[in-house]
Amino acid sequence: MSKPMVTVRDLCMGYGKTTLLRDASFEVERGDIFVILGGSGCGKSTLLRHLIGLEDPISGTISIAGMGTPRLDGAAPRFGVMFQSGALFSSMTVGENVAFALQEWTHLPLEAVDAIVRAKLALVGLEGAESKLPAELSGGMRKRAAIARAMAFEPNLIFLDEPSAGLDPVSAVELDELILALNRNLGLTVVMVTHELESIFKVGKHCIMLDRETRSIIARGEPQQLRSESDDPRVRRFFNRETSVPQWQ
Amino acid sequence: MVDGETLDRPSMAFDQRLSLVAGMLQRFTWEQSELGPTRTRVQLGGQITIDDAAALWKRISETLIHIEEGLQGIEVELSRVDRLDGACMALLVQFRTDLRQRNVRCEFVGGSEEVRRIVDLYGGRSRVRQTRAKRRPVSAIAQVGEATLSVIDEAKQILDFFGRLLASTVHVARHPKRLNLRDVGLTIERAGADAAPIVLLINFLIGFVMAYQSAAQLKQFGASIYVADLVGVSMTRELGPLMMAIIICGRSGAAFAAELGTMKVSEEVDALRTLGFLPLPFLVIPRMLGLILLAPVLVLMADAIGICGGALVASLALDITPASFLIQLQSAVKASDILSGIIKGTVFCAAIALISCQQGLATTGGAEGVGRRTTSAVVGILFTLILLDALFTVLLGVFGI
Repeated sequence: MSKPMVTVRDLCMGYGKTTLLRDASFEVERGDIFVILGGSGCGKSTLLRHLIGLEDPISGTISIAGMGTPRLDGAAPRFGVMFQSGALFSSMTVGENVAFALQEWTHLPLEAVDAIVRAKLALVGLEGAESKLPAELSGGMRKRAAIARAMAFEPNLIFLDEPSAGLDPVSAVELDELILALNRNLGLTVVMVTHELESIFKVGKHCIMLDRETRSIIARGEPQQLRSESDDPRVRRFFNRETSVPQWQ
Repeated sequence: MVDGETLDRPSMAFDQRLSLVAGMLQRFTWEQSELGPTRTRVQLGGQITIDDAAALWKRISETLIHIEEGLQGIEVELSRVDRLDGACMALLVQFRTDLRQRNVRCEFVGGSEEVRRIVDLYGGRSRVRQTRAKRRPVSAIAQVGEATLSVIDEAKQILDFFGRLLASTVHVARHPKRLNLRDVGLTIERAGADAAPIVLLINFLIGFVMAYQSAAQLKQFGASIYVADLVGVSMTRELGPLMMAIIICGRSGAAFAAELGTMKVSEEVDALRTLGFLPLPFLVIPRMLGLILLAPVLVLMADAIGICGGALVASLALDITPASFLIQLQSAVKASDILSGIIKGTVFCAAIALISCQQGLATTGGAEGVGRRTTSAVVGILFTLILLDALFTVLLGVFGI
């Protein structure tokens, strides 16, 4: 049996004097679409930042593809990341954004890089957008371009931070379908943070749910199974969209 | 509904509105009556909208001040209210919270369907949320202490950044292919070529003004020719590099801090790191190198144009020919003066790049954070420039340069 793609053991994380998560352990299998979910402020995005090596945990270990803690020390990328805002480099065109890491880390001639850029943009449905600036793209297109940039280096693992947040329903569904297609056709392992229920049920194969109050993982499993079988009121409230705020008449 | 209310708002004379806003005029009624020994009723009536908020708040404050011992409950009766908006309802909810803190029950009763909707929406019937603890005023001594600690902390962060930058520079020196040459060129173009006209103009005027101010004094003693010494030495040793650095600080220092700050808050710096590019070698070193490379050129240009300004005044106001001015200048200005100016200018530019990039990369929050860090960068750089200038003056004096 192959090693898990991501292994987290006894992770304790936070910032300053605030602890956001205590003793969290989980694994992400190869080829999985793993969703980290939970309400606002529970530390989903912070957990993602720890997984990709942008933050150091207080204690515990994170291992990517059995190669130990991810360190962003100026080496070729081992995985792709799409940030919540897309985080495209605003001074570069979309094509330059996608080509950026390729030019630095490979010795491919310019024509070959261009061909790869065109193919990656076509993969995410952005044919012909090479020469556009990020500011000229819509929110959904920007996120697609960010996925193309994350995919440029042929990773077998990609991290997505709230991919469908702030998108119109059609763009959100298109993005979900793109994630499914990448997973199905390329065997890409996807770790994503979201609280969009439609996305969770559509693309998520496994998930963990974080809780702000207990600062722990309160549920894990398949999203459909959690919705129908969980006894935890916090999980039921999340999946059934129950609210503690008074209902206005 | 808000738009409708705004549109429906009857036109009022300016003085009438001013009186309403100041709480001097009220369009609603506030009648207080005893319901028993321990209960009071406040009967509200008429229109209670945002224009009446000041008057309502005044009545609420007065009522709170004059609460008698033993009062257990206040009933706010709303049945005669024609119109109540969210702002005034918020004030009534605050009134209830303040009363409950004094162990006086308060409830809103009656009211038309429209008024009840507003009451329900603003929590009129539900539980009262805890009010935020009032901020205690911080004493002057504590403020000075906090400010001092924050300055020390900021200095520590800059030193820490400087240390990491040195380590990163050593790494880039060993692997020169990792240097982002594109940004070096871009920095030289933007901070150098684009800044040249303003550097030339400012320094020309500085030389001109300095010569003009000193001309009258020197003339009195028949020492007009020494205007060349004055302008030459002060431009090359002091004003040329300093004025150049102040302009570079205003143009490029602020731009670096804002640019890197925006990249930081829009997660572009994080994206760079995930693609295998470290911010120090990729963003900071090219900018610093660009400024260091262009500094000697700009300093020499500043020196030359400042002296030209002085020569022009000497020629026009003191009847000193350019040739005489030049001969006197040659005897007054030594190569060490020019060299010390170049060294100063280069160190100034390195400090500008260091502080502005450090501030930019330390940005958190959104647009407000970028603005705050840009301001801090410019203020920090100006302070550092003056400090370094003083240090240089002492050091160069000690070494006799």
